[in-house]
Amino acid sequence: MSDIADRVKKIVVEHLSVEEDKVTENASFIDDLGADSLDTVELVMAFEEEFGIEIPDDAAETIQTFGDACKFITDAS
Amino acid sequence: MRRVVVTGLGIVSPLASGIEETWSRLLAGESGAGTIQRFDASHLATNYACEVPLGDGSDGTFNPDDWMAPKERRKVDDFILFGMAAAAQAVADAGWMPEDEESRLRTGVLIGSGIGGLSSIADTAILLKEKGPRRVSPFFIPGSLINLISGQVSIRYGFKGPNHAVVTACSTGAHAIGDAARLIQWGDADVMIAGGAEAAICEIGIAGFNACKALSTKRADDPQRASRPYDADRDGFVMGEGAGVVVLEDYEHAKARGAKIYAEILGYGLSGDAYHITAPSEDGDGGYRAMEAALKRAGLTPDAVDYINAHGTSTMADTIELGAVERLLGDKAGLATMSSTKSSVGHLLGAAGAIEAIFSILAIRDQVAPPTINLDNPAVEPKLNLAANGKHEREIDVALSNSFGFGGTNASLVMGKVTD
Repeated sequence: MSDIADRVKKIVVEHLSVEEDKVTENASFIDDLGADSLDTVELVMAFEEEFGIEIPDDAAETIQTFGDACKFITDAS
Repeated sequence: MRRVVVTGLGIVSPLASGIEETWSRLLAGESGAGTIQRFDASHLATNYACEVPLGDGSDGTFNPDDWMAPKERRKVDDFILFGMAAAAQAVADAGWMPEDEESRLRTGVLIGSGIGGLSSIADTAILLKEKGPRRVSPFFIPGSLINLISGQVSIRYGFKGPNHAVVTACSTGAHAIGDAARLIQWGDADVMIAGGAEAAICEIGIAGFNACKALSTKRADDPQRASRPYDADRDGFVMGEGAGVVVLEDYEHAKARGAKIYAEILGYGLSGDAYHITAPSEDGDGGYRAMEAALKRAGLTPDAVDYINAHGTSTMADTIELGAVERLLGDKAGLATMSSTKSSVGHLLGAAGAIEAIFSILAIRDQVAPPTINLDNPAVEPKLNLAANGKHEREIDVALSNSFGFGGTNASLVMGKVTD
Protein backbone atom coordinates (compact mmCIF):
# COMPACT_ATOMS: atom_id res chain seq x y z
CA MET A 1 0.00 0.00 0.00
CA SER A 2 1.27 3.42 -0.89
CA ASP A 3 2.28 6.03 1.60
CA ILE A 4 -0.75 8.13 0.61
CA ALA A 5 -3.15 5.26 1.24
CA ASP A 6 -1.59 4.64 4.67
CA ARG A 7 -2.02 8.26 5.66
CA VAL A 8 -5.62 8.41 4.34
CA LYS A 9 -6.48 5.23 6.20
CA LYS A 10 -5.06 6.60 9.43
CA ILE A 11 -7.28 9.69 9.15
CA VAL A 12 -10.38 7.62 8.38
CA VAL A 13 -9.75 5.25 11.30
CA GLU A 14 -9.19 8.16 13.66
CA HIS A 15 -12.16 10.28 12.61
CA LEU A 16 -14.75 7.54 12.22
CA SER A 17 -13.52 5.27 15.03
CA VAL A 18 -13.57 2.20 12.77
CA GLU A 19 -11.34 -0.89 12.63
CA GLU A 20 -8.48 -0.59 10.17
CA ASP A 21 -9.47 -3.74 8.26
CA LYS A 22 -12.90 -2.26 7.49
CA VAL A 23 -11.27 0.53 5.49
CA THR A 24 -11.07 -1.25 2.13
CA GLU A 25 -10.79 0.07 -1.41
CA ASN A 26 -14.56 0.15 -2.01
CA ALA A 27 -15.66 0.98 1.55
CA SER A 28 -18.16 3.85 1.42
CA PHE A 29 -17.72 6.38 4.20
CA ILE A 30 -21.46 6.75 4.68
CA ASP A 31 -22.81 3.29 3.84
CA ASP A 32 -20.04 1.11 5.29
CA LEU A 33 -18.11 3.17 7.80
CA GLY A 34 -20.93 4.91 9.72
CA ALA A 35 -20.22 8.49 8.64
CA ASP A 36 -22.93 11.11 8.27
CA SER A 37 -22.77 14.10 5.91
CA LEU A 38 -21.00 16.27 8.50
CA ASP A 39 -18.41 13.55 9.11
CA THR A 40 -17.56 13.51 5.40
CA VAL A 41 -17.07 17.28 5.41
CA GLU A 42 -14.67 16.91 8.32
CA LEU A 43 -12.86 14.03 6.59
CA VAL A 44 -12.25 16.12 3.49
CA MET A 45 -10.92 18.94 5.68
CA ALA A 46 -8.56 16.50 7.37
CA PHE A 47 -7.29 15.29 3.96
CA GLU A 48 -6.69 18.92 2.90
CA GLU A 49 -4.75 19.58 6.08
CA GLU A 50 -2.68 16.38 5.90
CA PHE A 51 -1.71 16.67 2.24
CA GLY A 52 -1.61 20.45 1.89
CA ILE A 53 -4.09 20.44 -0.97
CA GLU A 54 -7.41 22.14 -1.61
CA ILE A 55 -10.41 19.97 -2.45
CA PRO A 56 -13.18 22.07 -4.02
CA ASP A 57 -16.75 21.36 -2.86
CA ASP A 58 -17.83 19.80 -6.17
CA ALA A 59 -14.83 17.47 -6.11
CA ALA A 60 -15.46 16.64 -2.45
CA GLU A 61 -18.90 15.36 -3.38
CA THR A 62 -17.35 12.73 -5.65
CA ILE A 63 -15.20 11.31 -2.84
CA GLN A 64 -17.50 8.60 -1.50
CA THR A 65 -15.13 5.75 -0.75
CA PHE A 66 -11.66 5.17 0.64
CA GLY A 67 -10.51 4.35 -2.90
CA ASP A 68 -12.00 7.61 -4.23
CA ALA A 69 -10.08 9.57 -1.61
CA CYS A 70 -6.75 7.87 -2.35
CA LYS A 71 -7.17 8.39 -6.08
CA PHE A 72 -8.12 12.06 -5.78
CA ILE A 73 -5.23 12.83 -3.45
CA THR A 74 -2.70 10.89 -5.56
CA ASP A 75 -3.79 12.85 -8.65
CA ALA A 76 -3.76 16.17 -6.80
CA SER A 77 -0.44 15.72 -5.05
CA MET B 1 -53.01 21.13 37.63
CA ARG B 2 -51.11 17.85 37.65
CA ARG B 3 -48.59 17.25 40.45
CA VAL B 4 -44.92 16.90 39.50
CA VAL B 5 -42.42 14.73 41.33
CA VAL B 6 -38.71 14.01 41.01
CA THR B 7 -37.83 10.41 40.20
CA GLY B 8 -34.22 10.56 39.01
CA LEU B 9 -31.07 12.54 39.79
CA GLY B 10 -27.69 12.97 38.06
CA ILE B 11 -24.68 15.10 38.90
CA VAL B 12 -21.23 15.86 37.54
CA SER B 13 -19.67 18.25 40.04
CA PRO B 14 -16.28 19.51 41.13
CA LEU B 15 -16.57 17.18 44.14
CA ALA B 16 -17.30 14.05 42.12
CA SER B 17 -19.26 12.48 39.31
CA GLY B 18 -22.33 10.80 40.77
CA ILE B 19 -25.05 11.68 43.24
CA GLU B 20 -23.94 9.77 46.32
CA GLU B 21 -20.24 10.52 45.80
CA THR B 22 -20.93 14.25 45.50
CA TRP B 23 -23.44 14.35 48.34
CA SER B 24 -21.26 12.53 50.90
CA ARG B 25 -18.33 14.85 50.16
CA LEU B 26 -20.60 17.89 50.36
CA LEU B 27 -21.92 16.81 53.77
CA ALA B 28 -18.34 16.19 54.92
CA GLY B 29 -17.52 19.81 54.15
CA GLU B 30 -15.02 19.12 51.36
CA SER B 31 -14.02 21.73 48.78
CA GLY B 32 -13.71 21.11 45.06
CA ALA B 33 -11.39 24.07 44.51
CA GLY B 34 -7.78 24.00 43.38
CA THR B 35 -5.25 25.55 41.04
CA ILE B 36 -6.55 25.25 37.47
CA GLN B 37 -5.17 22.04 35.93
CA ARG B 38 -6.65 22.06 32.43
CA PHE B 39 -4.68 24.98 31.04
CA ASP B 40 -1.94 27.33 32.18
CA ALA B 41 -3.82 30.06 34.05
CA SER B 42 -0.79 31.63 35.70
CA HIS B 43 -1.13 34.85 33.69
CA LEU B 44 -4.76 35.44 34.74
CA ALA B 45 -5.93 37.46 37.75
CA THR B 46 -7.54 34.24 39.03
CA ASN B 47 -5.68 30.95 38.57
CA TYR B 48 -7.97 28.69 40.64
CA ALA B 49 -11.40 27.18 40.15
CA CYS B 50 -13.52 24.15 41.00
CA GLU B 51 -12.78 21.70 38.17
CA VAL B 52 -14.50 18.35 37.67
CA PRO B 53 -12.04 15.65 38.88
CA LEU B 54 -11.01 13.66 35.80
CA GLY B 55 -9.92 10.04 36.15
CA ASP B 56 -10.72 6.45 35.30
CA GLY B 57 -14.22 6.65 36.73
CA SER B 58 -13.37 5.03 40.07
CA ASP B 59 -13.82 6.81 43.42
CA GLY B 60 -16.10 9.46 41.95
CA THR B 61 -13.73 10.62 39.22
CA PHE B 62 -15.19 11.60 35.87
CA ASN B 63 -14.17 9.41 32.96
CA PRO B 64 -15.45 10.96 29.69
CA ASP B 65 -15.33 7.51 28.00
CA ASP B 66 -18.04 6.28 30.38
CA TRP B 67 -20.54 8.78 28.98
CA MET B 68 -19.80 9.45 25.29
CA ALA B 69 -17.77 7.48 22.74
CA PRO B 70 -14.54 9.23 21.72
CA LYS B 71 -15.87 9.70 18.18
CA GLU B 72 -18.94 11.56 19.45
CA ARG B 73 -17.10 13.46 22.18
CA ARG B 74 -14.73 15.00 19.68
CA LYS B 75 -17.72 16.78 18.13
CA VAL B 76 -19.05 18.50 21.25
CA ASP B 77 -17.93 21.05 23.78
CA ASP B 78 -17.42 19.83 27.35
CA PHE B 79 -20.65 21.43 28.57
CA ILE B 80 -22.54 18.95 26.37
CA LEU B 81 -20.41 16.05 27.65
CA PHE B 82 -21.17 17.02 31.27
CA GLY B 83 -24.87 17.43 30.47
CA MET B 84 -25.04 14.06 28.73
CA ALA B 85 -23.33 12.36 31.68
CA ALA B 86 -25.70 13.90 34.25
CA ALA B 87 -28.70 13.08 32.05
CA ALA B 88 -27.56 9.47 31.65
CA GLN B 89 -27.21 9.14 35.44
CA ALA B 90 -30.65 10.65 36.02
CA VAL B 91 -32.39 8.50 33.41
CA ALA B 92 -30.77 5.34 34.83
CA ASP B 93 -31.66 6.38 38.38
CA ALA B 94 -35.30 6.88 37.36
CA GLY B 95 -35.36 3.58 35.51
CA TRP B 96 -37.11 5.34 32.63
CA MET B 97 -36.07 3.79 29.33
CA PRO B 98 -39.37 3.24 27.54
CA GLU B 99 -39.49 0.97 24.53
CA ASP B 100 -42.95 2.01 23.34
CA GLU B 101 -43.49 4.93 21.01
CA GLU B 102 -46.28 6.58 23.03
CA SER B 103 -44.08 6.84 26.14
CA ARG B 104 -41.26 8.32 24.09
CA LEU B 105 -43.63 10.87 22.58
CA ARG B 106 -44.65 11.87 26.11
CA THR B 107 -41.05 12.35 27.36
CA GLY B 108 -39.25 15.64 26.74
CA VAL B 109 -35.90 17.25 27.48
CA LEU B 110 -35.18 20.75 28.80
CA ILE B 111 -31.53 21.20 29.72
CA GLY B 112 -29.90 24.62 29.47
CA SER B 113 -26.56 26.30 29.90
CA GLY B 114 -25.57 29.80 30.89
CA ILE B 115 -22.89 30.31 28.25
CA GLY B 116 -22.62 27.14 26.19
CA GLY B 117 -19.55 26.26 24.12
CA LEU B 118 -17.37 29.14 25.21
CA SER B 119 -14.00 27.43 24.84
CA SER B 120 -15.01 25.94 21.48
CA ILE B 121 -15.97 29.39 20.25
CA ALA B 122 -12.69 30.88 21.46
CA ASP B 123 -10.59 28.07 19.95
CA THR B 124 -12.43 28.23 16.64
CA ALA B 125 -12.02 32.02 16.46
CA ILE B 126 -8.26 31.55 16.78
CA LEU B 127 -8.29 28.81 14.12
CA LEU B 128 -10.28 31.04 11.79
CA LYS B 129 -7.79 33.86 12.22
CA GLU B 130 -4.75 31.62 11.78
CA LYS B 131 -5.86 29.16 9.09
CA GLY B 132 -8.93 30.66 7.46
CA PRO B 133 -12.59 29.72 7.18
CA ARG B 134 -12.04 26.40 5.38
CA ARG B 135 -10.58 24.92 8.57
CA VAL B 136 -13.69 25.56 10.68
CA SER B 137 -15.13 22.21 11.71
CA PRO B 138 -18.65 21.24 10.60
CA PHE B 139 -19.17 20.26 14.23
CA PHE B 140 -18.29 23.68 15.61
CA ILE B 141 -21.86 25.06 15.59
CA PRO B 142 -23.76 21.90 16.65
CA GLY B 143 -21.06 21.28 19.26
CA SER B 144 -21.44 24.74 20.82
CA LEU B 145 -25.16 25.50 20.71
CA ILE B 146 -26.81 25.55 24.13
CA ASN B 147 -29.86 23.49 23.14
CA LEU B 148 -27.68 20.66 21.85
CA ILE B 149 -27.63 18.88 25.21
CA SER B 150 -31.40 18.55 24.88
CA GLY B 151 -30.91 17.49 21.27
CA GLN B 152 -28.23 14.90 22.08
CA VAL B 153 -30.22 13.43 24.99
CA SER B 154 -33.34 13.12 22.84
CA ILE B 155 -31.37 11.36 20.09
CA ARG B 156 -29.70 8.93 22.50
CA TYR B 157 -32.92 7.87 24.23
CA GLY B 158 -35.52 8.51 21.54
CA PHE B 159 -37.39 11.04 23.70
CA LYS B 160 -39.67 12.81 21.21
CA GLY B 161 -41.62 15.13 23.53
CA PRO B 162 -40.94 18.87 24.04
CA ASN B 163 -37.29 19.65 23.29
CA HIS B 164 -36.24 22.93 24.75
CA ALA B 165 -33.40 24.79 26.47
CA VAL B 166 -33.11 27.68 28.91
CA VAL B 167 -30.49 30.44 28.83
CA THR B 168 -30.73 32.72 31.86
CA ALA B 169 -27.11 32.96 33.04
CA CYS B 170 -26.81 31.69 36.61
CA SER B 171 -30.55 31.05 36.96
CA THR B 172 -30.58 28.61 34.02
CA GLY B 173 -30.74 25.36 35.99
CA ALA B 174 -33.58 26.53 38.23
CA HIS B 175 -35.56 28.00 35.34
CA ALA B 176 -35.09 24.76 33.38
CA ILE B 177 -36.50 22.62 36.19
CA GLY B 178 -39.34 25.07 36.86
CA ASP B 179 -40.31 25.41 33.21
CA ALA B 180 -40.11 21.66 32.66
CA ALA B 181 -42.37 21.08 35.66
CA ARG B 182 -44.92 23.43 34.11
CA LEU B 183 -44.83 21.48 30.83
CA ILE B 184 -45.86 18.42 32.83
CA GLN B 185 -48.46 20.37 34.83
CA TRP B 186 -50.06 21.56 31.60
CA GLY B 187 -49.97 18.09 30.06
CA ASP B 188 -47.44 18.74 27.27
CA ALA B 189 -45.41 15.81 28.61
CA ASP B 190 -45.59 13.12 31.30
CA VAL B 191 -41.85 12.96 31.91
CA MET B 192 -39.20 15.68 31.47
CA ILE B 193 -35.42 15.39 31.70
CA ALA B 194 -34.42 18.82 33.03
CA GLY B 195 -31.38 20.69 34.31
CA GLY B 196 -28.32 22.70 33.39
CA ALA B 197 -24.68 22.27 32.42
CA GLU B 198 -21.63 24.50 32.19
CA ALA B 199 -17.97 24.26 31.20
CA ALA B 200 -16.63 27.81 31.19
CA ILE B 201 -13.36 27.27 33.04
CA CYS B 202 -11.19 28.35 30.12
CA GLU B 203 -8.92 31.30 29.46
CA ILE B 204 -11.60 33.55 27.97
CA GLY B 205 -14.14 32.54 30.62
CA ILE B 206 -11.88 33.40 33.55
CA ALA B 207 -10.65 36.58 31.84
CA GLY B 208 -14.23 37.66 31.14
CA PHE B 209 -15.48 37.19 34.69
CA ASN B 210 -12.29 38.77 36.02
CA ALA B 211 -13.08 41.82 33.91
CA CYS B 212 -16.52 41.99 35.57
CA LYS B 213 -14.72 41.90 38.96
CA ALA B 214 -16.89 38.93 39.86
CA LEU B 215 -14.24 36.29 40.69
CA SER B 216 -12.18 35.75 43.83
CA THR B 217 -8.57 36.74 43.13
CA LYS B 218 -6.86 36.80 46.53
CA ARG B 219 -6.50 33.16 47.48
CA ALA B 220 -4.13 31.60 44.94
CA ASP B 221 -2.16 30.24 47.89
CA ASP B 222 -5.22 28.59 49.45
CA PRO B 223 -7.94 28.03 46.83
CA GLN B 224 -10.03 25.74 49.04
CA ARG B 225 -10.70 28.68 51.35
CA ALA B 226 -11.61 31.09 48.54
CA SER B 227 -15.35 30.40 48.23
CA ARG B 228 -16.67 31.74 51.54
CA PRO B 229 -20.27 32.97 51.28
CA TYR B 230 -21.38 35.41 54.02
CA ASP B 231 -17.83 35.63 55.38
CA ALA B 232 -16.38 39.09 55.94
CA ASP B 233 -13.27 38.11 53.96
CA ARG B 234 -15.02 36.90 50.81
CA ASP B 235 -13.74 38.53 47.62
CA GLY B 236 -15.74 37.07 44.74
CA PHE B 237 -16.98 33.73 43.46
CA VAL B 238 -14.91 30.70 42.49
CA MET B 239 -15.91 29.30 39.14
CA GLY B 240 -17.19 25.73 39.02
CA GLU B 241 -18.23 23.43 36.18
CA GLY B 242 -20.35 20.35 35.64
CA ALA B 243 -24.02 19.53 35.31
CA GLY B 244 -27.13 18.65 37.26
CA VAL B 245 -30.09 16.87 35.70
CA VAL B 246 -33.33 15.59 37.21
CA VAL B 247 -36.11 13.40 35.90
CA LEU B 248 -39.46 15.09 36.55
CA GLU B 249 -42.62 13.10 36.26
CA ASP B 250 -46.36 13.43 36.57
CA TYR B 251 -47.16 12.08 40.06
CA GLU B 252 -49.80 9.62 38.85
CA HIS B 253 -47.46 8.39 36.09
CA ALA B 254 -44.69 7.82 38.62
CA LYS B 255 -47.00 6.00 41.03
CA ALA B 256 -48.45 3.82 38.28
CA ARG B 257 -45.04 2.50 37.29
CA GLY B 258 -43.90 2.14 40.90
CA ALA B 259 -41.07 4.66 40.54
CA LYS B 260 -38.92 5.74 43.47
CA ILE B 261 -40.05 9.29 44.33
CA TYR B 262 -37.57 11.70 45.89
CA ALA B 263 -39.68 14.83 46.31
CA GLU B 264 -42.40 16.98 44.80
CA ILE B 265 -41.90 20.26 42.94
CA LEU B 266 -44.35 22.36 44.95
CA GLY B 267 -43.71 25.84 43.61
CA TYR B 268 -41.76 27.90 41.11
CA GLY B 269 -41.44 31.67 41.02
CA LEU B 270 -39.76 34.02 38.56
CA SER B 271 -38.97 37.72 38.59
CA GLY B 272 -36.81 40.40 37.01
CA ASP B 273 -34.82 43.09 38.81
CA ALA B 274 -35.03 45.79 36.10
CA TYR B 275 -32.04 47.33 37.80
CA HIS B 276 -28.48 46.49 36.59
CA ILE B 277 -26.76 44.05 34.21
CA THR B 278 -24.56 42.39 36.85
CA ALA B 279 -25.64 43.63 40.31
CA PRO B 280 -28.81 42.86 42.25
CA SER B 281 -30.88 45.77 43.53
CA GLU B 282 -29.67 46.78 46.96
CA ASP B 283 -32.80 45.70 48.78
CA GLY B 284 -32.93 42.26 47.10
CA ASP B 285 -36.38 43.06 45.78
CA GLY B 286 -36.11 40.73 42.75
CA GLY B 287 -35.08 37.72 44.80
CA TYR B 288 -37.76 38.48 47.36
CA ARG B 289 -40.48 38.52 44.71
CA ALA B 290 -39.25 35.26 43.14
CA MET B 291 -39.39 33.52 46.53
CA GLU B 292 -42.79 35.03 47.28
CA ALA B 293 -44.16 33.88 43.91
CA ALA B 294 -42.80 30.34 44.38
CA LEU B 295 -44.41 30.04 47.82
CA LYS B 296 -47.69 31.38 46.47
CA ARG B 297 -47.68 28.68 43.76
CA ALA B 298 -46.93 26.10 46.45
CA GLY B 299 -49.81 27.38 48.56
CA LEU B 300 -47.44 27.76 51.50
CA THR B 301 -46.64 30.54 53.93
CA PRO B 302 -42.98 31.45 54.49
CA ASP B 303 -42.88 29.77 57.89
CA ALA B 304 -43.29 26.38 56.15
CA VAL B 305 -39.77 26.62 54.73
CA ASP B 306 -37.28 24.50 56.69
CA TYR B 307 -34.21 24.72 54.47
CA ILE B 308 -33.04 27.29 51.94
CA ASN B 309 -30.28 26.54 49.46
CA ALA B 310 -29.10 30.10 48.87
CA HIS B 311 -27.75 31.59 45.69
CA GLY B 312 -24.90 32.85 47.96
CA THR B 313 -22.00 33.17 45.53
CA SER B 314 -19.34 34.52 47.92
CA THR B 315 -19.74 38.06 46.60
CA MET B 316 -21.07 41.28 48.08
CA ALA B 317 -24.57 40.19 46.95
CA ASP B 318 -24.71 37.44 49.63
CA THR B 319 -25.92 39.78 52.34
CA ILE B 320 -28.53 41.29 50.01
CA GLU B 321 -30.07 37.83 49.51
CA LEU B 322 -29.75 37.11 53.23
CA GLY B 323 -31.66 40.31 53.99
CA ALA B 324 -34.40 39.41 51.52
CA VAL B 325 -34.80 35.93 53.02
CA GLU B 326 -34.93 37.37 56.54
CA ARG B 327 -37.62 39.86 55.48
CA LEU B 328 -39.61 37.06 53.85
CA LEU B 329 -39.47 34.77 56.89
CA GLY B 330 -40.02 37.60 59.38
CA ASP B 331 -40.09 36.49 63.00
CA LYS B 332 -39.85 32.83 61.87
CA ALA B 333 -36.37 33.35 60.37
CA GLY B 334 -34.72 31.82 63.41
CA LEU B 335 -36.45 28.49 62.72
CA ALA B 336 -35.01 27.98 59.23
CA THR B 337 -31.59 26.79 58.08
CA MET B 338 -29.94 28.32 55.03
CA SER B 339 -26.66 27.31 53.43
CA SER B 340 -24.66 28.05 50.33
CA THR B 341 -23.26 24.88 48.79
CA LYS B 342 -21.23 27.12 46.46
CA SER B 343 -18.79 27.24 49.36
CA SER B 344 -17.88 23.64 48.43
CA VAL B 345 -18.49 23.30 44.70
CA GLY B 346 -18.01 26.89 43.54
CA HIS B 347 -20.39 28.61 41.19
CA LEU B 348 -21.47 26.33 38.35
CA LEU B 349 -23.20 29.21 36.53
CA GLY B 350 -25.88 27.66 34.30
CA ALA B 351 -25.66 24.34 36.16
CA ALA B 352 -25.82 25.92 39.63
CA GLY B 353 -29.60 26.05 39.96
CA ALA B 354 -29.92 22.43 38.89
CA ILE B 355 -27.32 20.94 41.23
CA GLU B 356 -28.60 23.12 44.06
CA ALA B 357 -32.15 21.89 43.48
CA ILE B 358 -30.71 18.37 43.69
CA PHE B 359 -28.91 19.21 46.95
CA SER B 360 -32.22 20.56 48.30
CA ILE B 361 -33.97 17.32 47.29
CA LEU B 362 -31.27 15.25 49.01
CA ALA B 363 -31.57 17.47 52.08
CA ILE B 364 -35.26 16.50 52.21
CA ARG B 365 -34.44 12.82 51.64
CA ASP B 366 -31.79 12.62 54.35
CA GLN B 367 -33.14 15.31 56.71
CA VAL B 368 -29.88 17.19 56.77
CA ALA B 369 -28.80 20.64 55.57
CA PRO B 370 -25.38 20.65 53.89
CA PRO B 371 -22.87 23.10 55.37
CA THR B 372 -21.65 26.52 54.35
CA ILE B 373 -17.92 25.95 54.62
CA ASN B 374 -15.29 28.67 55.21
CA LEU B 375 -17.78 30.76 57.16
CA ASP B 376 -15.44 31.80 59.93
CA ASN B 377 -16.41 35.41 60.48
CA PRO B 378 -19.91 36.34 59.24
CA ALA B 379 -20.10 39.73 57.52
CA VAL B 380 -23.38 40.41 59.30
CA GLU B 381 -25.09 38.76 62.26
CA PRO B 382 -27.57 36.38 60.58
CA LYS B 383 -31.05 35.72 61.96
CA LEU B 384 -30.99 32.32 60.24
CA ASN B 385 -28.84 29.32 60.98
CA LEU B 386 -26.30 29.30 58.12
CA ALA B 387 -24.95 25.79 58.86
CA ALA B 388 -21.54 27.34 59.25
CA ASN B 389 -18.73 24.82 58.78
CA GLY B 390 -20.87 21.81 59.58
CA LYS B 391 -23.92 20.00 58.26
CA HIS B 392 -27.11 20.57 60.23
CA GLU B 393 -29.31 17.56 60.87
CA ARG B 394 -32.90 18.67 61.27
CA GLU B 395 -36.44 18.10 60.10
CA ILE B 396 -36.80 19.24 56.48
CA ASP B 397 -40.24 18.90 54.91
CA VAL B 398 -39.95 21.89 52.59
CA ALA B 399 -36.86 23.32 50.89
CA LEU B 400 -36.48 26.42 48.76
CA SER B 401 -33.64 27.00 46.30
CA ASN B 402 -32.71 30.42 44.94
CA SER B 403 -30.90 31.26 41.70
CA PHE B 404 -30.16 34.76 40.44
CA GLY B 405 -28.47 35.66 37.16
CA PHE B 406 -26.82 38.50 35.30
CA GLY B 407 -29.40 40.69 33.67
CA GLY B 408 -31.44 40.63 36.86
CA THR B 409 -33.17 37.28 36.28
CA ASN B 410 -34.38 35.38 39.35
CA ALA B 411 -35.87 31.95 39.97
CA SER B 412 -36.95 30.15 43.12
CA LEU B 413 -38.00 26.52 43.40
CA VAL B 414 -39.93 25.07 46.34
CA MET B 415 -39.60 21.34 46.84
CA GLY B 416 -41.14 19.13 49.48
CA LYS B 417 -41.72 15.64 50.80
CA VAL B 418 -44.45 13.88 48.88
CA THR B 419 -47.64 13.51 50.87
CA ASP B 420 -50.77 11.85 49.52
